[in-house]
Order: sequence, then C-alpha cells, then structure tokens
Amino acid sequence: YTPGNTASCQPDACHLFVCRWALEFVMDAEADGLVEVSEDGDPSRRRRVHGMLKLYYGLNEEGKAEEEQESLDPCDINGPHFDPEHYLNKLRRECSLAELMDQETCMVKQIRSLDSDMQTLVYENYNKFISATDTIRKMKNDFKKMEDEMDCLSANMAAITEFSACISGTLQDQHAQITKLSGVHTLLRKLQFLFELPARLNKCLELQAYAQAVNSHRRARCVLRQYSHLPSFKGIQDDCHAIMDKLAQELRQKFRDGGSSAKDLAQCVELLLQLDEPAEELCDKFLSHARSRLESDLQGLEAEIRPYPSAPAVKDFIDRGCNEFVSSLCLVIASYQELFINHAQMANGKLHAFVDDLAARYFSLVERRIQEEKGVGDNSLLVRALDRFHRRLQAVAKLLPGSPVPNKGIEIVIRAATERVKQYLAALQSFYMDSLTDVRQALATPRLSVAGASVAGELLSSLSASILNQIKSVLASVHLFTAKDITFSNKPYFKGEFCSQGVRESLVVNFIKFVCQSSRQFCESAGDKGGSTPPVLLLLLSRLCLDYETSTISYILTLTDEQFLVQHHSPVTPVTTLCEEAREAAQKLLNHYVKVQGLIISQMLRKSVETRDWVNTIEPRNVRAVMKRVVEDTTSIDVQVGLLYEEGVRKAHSSDSSKRTFSVYSSSRQQARYAASYTPSAPMDTNLLSNIHKLFSERIDIFSSVEFNKVSVMTGIIKISLKTFLECVRLRTFGRYGLQQIQVDCHYLQMYLWRFVSDENLVHFLLDEIVCSSAHRCLDPAPMEQSVIEVICERG
Amino acid sequence: MEDDAPVIYGLEFQARALTAQTAETDAIRFLVGTQSLKFDNQIHIIDFDDENNIINKNVLLHQAGEIWHIGASPADKAVLTTCYNKTSNSRVVSCAAVWRMPTDWETASHESPDDTAHNPQTLELLCHLDDSAHGNAACVLWEPMGDGKRVISLADNHALLWDLQESSTQATVSSTATLEGKGQLKFNAGKWSPHHNCSQLATANDTVIRGWDLRTMSQIYCIENAHGQLVRDLDFNPNRQYYMASCGDDCKVKFWDVRNVQEPVKTLEEHSHWVWSVRYNHSHDQLVLTASSDSRLILSNMVSISSEPFGHLVDDEELSEGEDNHQDDKSKEPLKDSVVSTYEEHEDSVYAAEWSSADPWLFASLSYDGRLVINRVPRALKYRILL
Repeated sequence: YTPGNTASCQPDACHLFVCRWALEFVMDAEADGLVEVSEDGDPSRRRRVHGMLKLYYGLNEEGKAEEEQESLDPCDINGPHFDPEHYLNKLRRECSLAELMDQETCMVKQIRSLDSDMQTLVYENYNKFISATDTIRKMKNDFKKMEDEMDCLSANMAAITEFSACISGTLQDQHAQITKLSGVHTLLRKLQFLFELPARLNKCLELQAYAQAVNSHRRARCVLRQYSHLPSFKGIQDDCHAIMDKLAQELRQKFRDGGSSAKDLAQCVELLLQLDEPAEELCDKFLSHARSRLESDLQGLEAEIRPYPSAPAVKDFIDRGCNEFVSSLCLVIASYQELFINHAQMANGKLHAFVDDLAARYFSLVERRIQEEKGVGDNSLLVRALDRFHRRLQAVAKLLPGSPVPNKGIEIVIRAATERVKQYLAALQSFYMDSLTDVRQALATPRLSVAGASVAGELLSSLSASILNQIKSVLASVHLFTAKDITFSNKPYFKGEFCSQGVRESLVVNFIKFVCQSSRQFCESAGDKGGSTPPVLLLLLSRLCLDYETSTISYILTLTDEQFLVQHHSPVTPVTTLCEEAREAAQKLLNHYVKVQGLIISQMLRKSVETRDWVNTIEPRNVRAVMKRVVEDTTSIDVQVGLLYEEGVRKAHSSDSSKRTFSVYSSSRQQARYAASYTPSAPMDTNLLSNIHKLFSERIDIFSSVEFNKVSVMTGIIKISLKTFLECVRLRTFGRYGLQQIQVDCHYLQMYLWRFVSDENLVHFLLDEIVCSSAHRCLDPAPMEQSVIEVICERG
Repeated sequence: MEDDAPVIYGLEFQARALTAQTAETDAIRFLVGTQSLKFDNQIHIIDFDDENNIINKNVLLHQAGEIWHIGASPADKAVLTTCYNKTSNSRVVSCAAVWRMPTDWETASHESPDDTAHNPQTLELLCHLDDSAHGNAACVLWEPMGDGKRVISLADNHALLWDLQESSTQATVSSTATLEGKGQLKFNAGKWSPHHNCSQLATANDTVIRGWDLRTMSQIYCIENAHGQLVRDLDFNPNRQYYMASCGDDCKVKFWDVRNVQEPVKTLEEHSHWVWSVRYNHSHDQLVLTASSDSRLILSNMVSISSEPFGHLVDDEELSEGEDNHQDDKSKEPLKDSVVSTYEEHEDSVYAAEWSSADPWLFASLSYDGRLVINRVPRALKYRILL
C-alpha cells in the first residue's frame, strides 16, 4: 500500500460514478415512458441494471424500493412492473378526453420537474468530482516531503542509542553501592527501634497506651527471639520482657478490678490474648466478670417480684428483664465469641455452661413472676409479655445456635399457657358456681311466690346465656396465644397440642364435665333429705344439662374447633361422650327432683297417717287438710315443671274421669275384696284374687327413671306419694270411721290427681289399693256410701 | 345347670312375720305369723322337703292378736317369741310374749295331712315380755347362738334385756337402755350382734343407727343419717365382726364398717321402693338377700366386702387334675359385686326374707298377700363359691 496507489484509484471511482449516474438517468427516462419504445427493450435486463443502481445509491432507499417492488400492478407508474402500453390502453379506455388532457398536463409537469432535478444533480456531482481531483493531487506532493523527514529521524535515533549504552556502562558500579547503603540504613533503623523499644514501652505504660505497647512488642518479639544469643539483644529482650510482664500485670489488675465497661474489658482481654495469656483462664475470668454484672441485673429483677398488688405489671417486668438481662447477655455472648474465636472449641463449652446457668436463673425468676399472675382479667398483657420474652430469646438463639436456652424459653411459655388455661378453667368453674348461687338466691327471694315460677324460665335462659358468654370471652382470651402476630404462635405446640389438648380438652371439655359433675353432686351430697338444694334448682339444672345435650355442647365445641382450627393429632373426647354425660346428669337430676318432691309430699302423707288415732276417729265430714295440701303442692309442682319441660304424652282418658271411672272401678273391686276377706278363704282364693289383681295391673316401679317431660315427672312424684300412703296405711289399724276417712281422702285425691299423670289407671290402682288395704286393716269395715263420699269431696 | 323352680305357698291371711327355726339344723323349717284383725291369727310351720320339692305345713293358733314380728329361740326348737297387736276397748296395744309350741304338733299334723277342717292346736304361753312402763313392743331379739335364756325387746324408745328363767316361764328385766332426744323416738328395728361375745346390739330409729354395749347398756356408736329416710332393717355380717348391713325407705342397702361410721363401705341401689329386710347368708357372707315393697327379692353377691374377697382359694394341684379347664378359668376371674338374681314371684310388697338355718343355699320370702316363696341360690353361683 502506497499513497500513490490511493491517488490513482480515486479518479477511477469518480469516473465510474458519473457513468453509472448517466446511465441510470437514461434508464429512468425510458421507464417513465418518456421514450416511446426502446429498441433493445428487454425489460428483465433493464430491471437488473435498475436494481444495481439502486443498490449503489444506498440503504435508505432500499426499504422503499422493496416496498415498491411488491406492487405488481402494470398500471402503477412508479411500480416495477409498469407496462406503458397497458397503461396507455387503460387510460384511453377508461378516461374521458378531459381527463386524458389533465393526465397529460400533469405528466408533462412531472417530467419537467424531474428534468430539472436531474440537471441539478449532475451539476453538483460534477463539482464534487473536480474538488476531489484537486485534493488528490495535493496529497501526492505532501507525501513525498514526509518520506525525506522520516529517513532523517531514524538516523538520529541510532545515534542516541549508542550514547545511552555508553552511559549505563559507566554508572553500573555506583548503583550497586547505593542499594547496599540503603539496605544498611533500614537495618540501622530497625536496630534503633529495638534499642529504643524498652523506653518506648515504658512510655506507653506510663501513658496507659497499652494497645500501642503490645503492638510494638509484638513487632519486635520474633526478632529479639531470633537474635537472643547475642548479648546486647538479650539485654533488650529481657528488658522488654520485664516491661511486658509489668504491663500484663497491670492489664490483669485492670481486668480483675472489673468495674470498667464491657468494651474496656473486651479490649483488655484482647490485649492479654495477644500477650499469650492462657485463653482458658481468660475465658473464665471474662465470664466471671460478666456473671457478676448479669447477676446484679437478676437481683434487680428479683427485687421486682413482690406480692401482687405492689408489683409492676408483668409486661414491665419482662421488659426490664429483656432490656437489662437479655441484652447484656447478648452483648457478652457477642464480644466473647469475637474475642475467643480462635479458641472456639474450649470457649464455646464454657460459654454454653455460662449461658445455661444464668438463663436458668433468669427463667426461674420469670416463672416465679408469671406464677404470680393470677388474675384472669386481661390476658393480652400476659400474652404480650410472653411474646416479648420469647422474641428476645431469639437473639440468644441466633448468637448461640446450639443452645438449649430458646427451647427452655418455649417451655416456659408453654407452661405459662397451660397454667393460664387451668386458671381460666378454675375461673369458669367458680363463675358457674357463683351463677348457681345467684340462681339460688333469686329462687329464694319472695318474688318467686308473686310472679309464680315464671322466674325459673328466665333464670334458666339468663344462666345458660351468661355461661355461654363467659365461655366465649374465655375462648377469646385464650385465643390470644395463637394470634398471628405473636412469635411463639407458630410453634408446633401452639398450633397443635395447645389447641386440641390445652384449650379443647382441658378447658372446654373439662368445663362441660365439671358442669355435669357438679350437677350430679347436687343429687348425692345433698343427701336424701334434699334439704339443702331447693328442688327448683334441681329441675332447672336438669333442663340446663338437657339443653347442653341437645345443642349447647356441640355448639361450644364447634366454636372452639373453628376458632382454634384444632387438628386432632391425639384422640379427643367426642361430642357424643359429652352429650351422653350431660344427658346422664340431666336424667339423674330429674330423677332426684322427682324423689325429693315425692319425698316432701310423702312425708306429709306419712305424718298424717302415723300421728292419727285411726281407731277412735270421728265420722268424716271433710277431706282432711293434708290432702288439700297435697293437691295444692302437686299443682304448684306441675306449674313449676311445666315452665321448663314440655307436656309429654298421656294415655287417652275418658271425659269426666274424675268421678265416674273411679267410682265404678273401685266399688266393684272393693266389693270383691271385701267379700274375700269376709269369708275364711282357702289359700286358693287369695292366689286367685292376686292373679286377677295381676291381670288388671302391671308391676309398678315406684322410684324409676322418668322421661324428660312434665307428665312423666308428675307421674313419678304421684307414684311415690301414693305408694308411701299405701305402705303407711298398712302399718295402721283402722276403726270404721278411719276407713271412711281414707275413702273420702282417696276420692278427693282421685278427683284431682288423675289429670297430672300419663296413665290415670295408675292413680286408680294405687288409690284402690290404699282403700282395700285400709279395709283390711279395719276392725269394723263398713264402707261409706259412694254418693256421700262424693258430696263430702265436692263440698270440700 | 337348670335351677329348681321356686316353691310357692299361700297363706289365707296377710302376713309380715317370718323367721327360720334357728335351733333346727336338720330340717328346713320356717315360721310365719299372720296378720288378721277378724280371725284367730296363726303361726304356720313350714317344712320344706328338699328332695321332693314339696312343702308340709302345720298351723298353730296364736289367739292373742295379729303378729308383727316373730323370733325363734336359738336353743330350743319349740320356743319362740312374737310381737303382736292386741285390740281392746278400741285401743290397739303392741305386746310381746314367749311361747312354746305344743309338743305333739308334728305328729298331729302328720296323722291327718289332708284334713284342713281339724282344729289346729294352740301355742302355749310361757311368759309375757311386757312392762307397762315401757310402751309398745316392736321386736324381740334372741341372743344369737345363746342358750335361749336371754332376749332383748325393743319397745318404743326402750331396749329391755330380759332373763328367762325356769324354762322360760318367768322373765325379768335385767337391764334397760333408753333412747333420749327430742320428739317421740321409737325403735324400728334392731339386731343382736353375734360377735364380741354377744355383747353388742344395733338398733335403728328413724334415720339413725346406734350401737349399744349390753354390759353397760350405753351407746357405743351412732350413724346419723345412715339412710335418707327411715331405716327398716339391720343385719350383722356373721363372719366379719365390724361389718353391718342396713336398708331403708331410700331404696338403698348400705354396708357399714362400724369403726368408721362417716361413710358406708358400699351402697346398693337396686330396688325401686323401700327395702324392708336385709339378710346375710349365715355361712357365705357375700350372699345378701334384700326384700322390698317393690314386690321384689334381690340376691346380691357382695364379694368385695365379704370375708372371702378373693373367692375360695383353690389349690393348683386340684386344678391341674380337672378336665374342665373352662371352669377353672371362671374361678380365676376377678370377682365383682353383682346382683345374682332378682326374684319376681311376689305380687305384693315383700316384707320379710330369711335364709334357712339348715341349708345355706335356701331362703324364704314372704309378701303381704300371704305368699311364701322358697328359692335357692343359683347352682352356678353355688358351685363357684364352693369350688
């Protein structure tokens, strides 16, 4: 490559350029149809040339060209497939003369403008070409001059190289000497440092710049050791040793004194470590210092544990513990680990023991404090305190990965939670017992007698509503333990066992069981005298238990399960078991109620039979007052039961059964029984009689289980009362009027009692039995006329 | 093993009083006293022929009045006591007396067994146990296993210890104990303990059970509120000296250790009405019989508080010989307290039940309508106890 070559090339290119341009102009003109028909009109060849030109003119026209290529319309005057003849034909065919004229003028106009454009272009290009030729000529001259100058430069450079080689040859020796000298200089400076070292150390000691002293000594130490065989160095070494020992002594003193801040302490330890003090001893000392400080924190905490009212809130306590103890502990751990990082194995063991020991004491304090927390009012404080407690322990966990401390912390939290659940259970239980006491008082107030037993229904609903509310509020309180923003709530214990065993089993299920059990205790502890528990309460509780069985239990448990999303990993008490228990309790209470009420009426009847001289009594004129009392009491019991229990089914009875059935039934049978007793009968007769007797009646279970409805309850009470009446009558001996009095009394009872029972035949049978027995036990059995009895009873 | 059907005997009169003839240890014999206000009351001597499963009866007249309680002398087969009501001048008085059966009652009845029309013989009165100062007699208790010389009668609120002299023709009160307290106190029932040299007596009044030392006639223990309602009957465990059973109007049967009277050892609540009588089997004290006015008689097996709480101890050798291994297994099962059987042959209130003194596996019960039923312990249980 030479500049000459380049210059010769240039004009050729320009020439070629001009030729191409000229050619294109011709082609375009042809294509535009300005030339009618060309002689060598091979369209494909023309297109090729056209395309080449376009290629030459550059990229910016290329896109457009390609676009145009795509229109295949031969009538498109700008299109590549333009066919002038076709176009002309088309025009001629399609356009009117005027349009043709227009087209023509338009076309002529376009041709003209193209023409002028072309001329301008040709002119411009020509100018450029001329100036290019000039430039090339000028360049040719300049290059020739430059070649000469370069030759001169190379000659000069050769001379310089020669000189330089000469100079370096002469300077070689001096350079070596200088290097040696500078080496000696450094050595001397080092030596000076060594000699000055004791003094420097002393000064540092004076200024208490321990870090600097240790640093200096460390730097000199190995040199001194290496040259210790030389007496002078030996001296220095000894001096240094002495000083450093003193220093170490001082450091140790400082370290031992404690008092200084954790940072100072850490620095001390660091320096001592650098002085090759035994790490183990340092660890121990460091830890013992830390311990004394932490212990003072603990003592401060301990002082805060005071009897409940004066002590600060549990949250404050935990806050203080966290801020003082836990954060200093973390600090100790962090600095310790930093200091003794080289002795990790030994140091970690010590650290763990240290942390475990202190944490254990801290935990015991925390636990003591938490145990003080007995009021169940606001659970959120405790939960927040526990949360704080747990959260801060995470820092320890991060610093000390293998430590059992966080786990113990969790255990404390768990214990606190279970303890809390227990307290809530106790609170629920006492609430329940308190409400029962309230109910008792409400029952005892004279209002009862005025408003009737309608109070019982209200009491029941308010009782069950308040219990339910209490359960809900307790659940809400306990629910705080599993709230999302509490750090320990995502622990597996709080997700699983706490919900299922803690809340569901030990709180809710136990409470329900307690309700059932305490209800059952009313049946047992009150003794059979039934004195202490008002019967209405028994009835009320029975209804409560029954309601629990039918709906409340499943509602409460569903509520719990929903709130706590209980996943039952371990078996839990199923709803059915609790329902059974509740039903059992309800049954027992109702049975007991029947017994108690039956007993009250029985006692009246019994006293009335036992205290009277039935042999020497006067002719009956009235129903005895006790019978009226019995009927009154029965009626009020009926009202009472009716408020809480449904009616129940009774066997269909005939209309006006108060009179007719009894009289017919009894008189006919009485006759038979009297007849039997009048004649001395063979054993056969009694057997026959009792067989007949058996045909009429089923065996009656007196103290049997009752159903949950009014009629069944009333039947139970009446059965017990009448059976007692019967047994008492059998133990007495009657005179004529005694028997008649019994007849009157029985008729009176018959008139009123049939309506309460499920099967009136039962009342007939028992009353009949009473009259028969008294007839048997009568010295002079002359029964009263039925009509007279009726008159007396109606009058009464 | 099919059990024998119960044997039923019907009396013409209503009856409450039943006792086994204590001194008779060969024949199975019960005495029943009737209650009738209009006719001469009777004492039925009921012999049960175990082999043929039939009953032989003899009737003796007890003309003094209707019988509320009957007791047979433990020493002399022919001597018995009754408590009876006497009506005179439209007043009813309860009395007690010692009687002797006529010597030839047995032969007389055997001569004409089918002759119901023959005149029954009358009891021979030995002496009255009456002391006009001490009210109405509720029951008379013979000294258990004694020589038939000492009886206790309970009259209203007094317990009188009588000495019978000159072949029981004379009775003198040797000592008395009086129940004191508010209101009209009255003994319902009592039992002379066979333990401690027969020096103790237990009585029931209202809901209270009291123990008395007969040597000093003073109270030694008192179970307040032993039952919720009236206590109807008592019985001592024949083999365990401190154990006692009681029953009452609260439908319960309670078992007591008199050394600790705060709580019953055990409570049974099987009856559906007042329990009138409770009786330990004389030999196997786990068997307890209770009679109730719900017309039922219940036999319970109270193994856990019996003198053989672990059942009969069986030798291993004995067992290995046996072919019927399944029975061995049965005997090794832990024994539980249970109701053995409920007897429903009665249709009226059952006021009394007694074990036979001759056959420990046999008992009689009496209901108010005069039906006496003789039953046996189910064989399966009998063999389990014996083997």
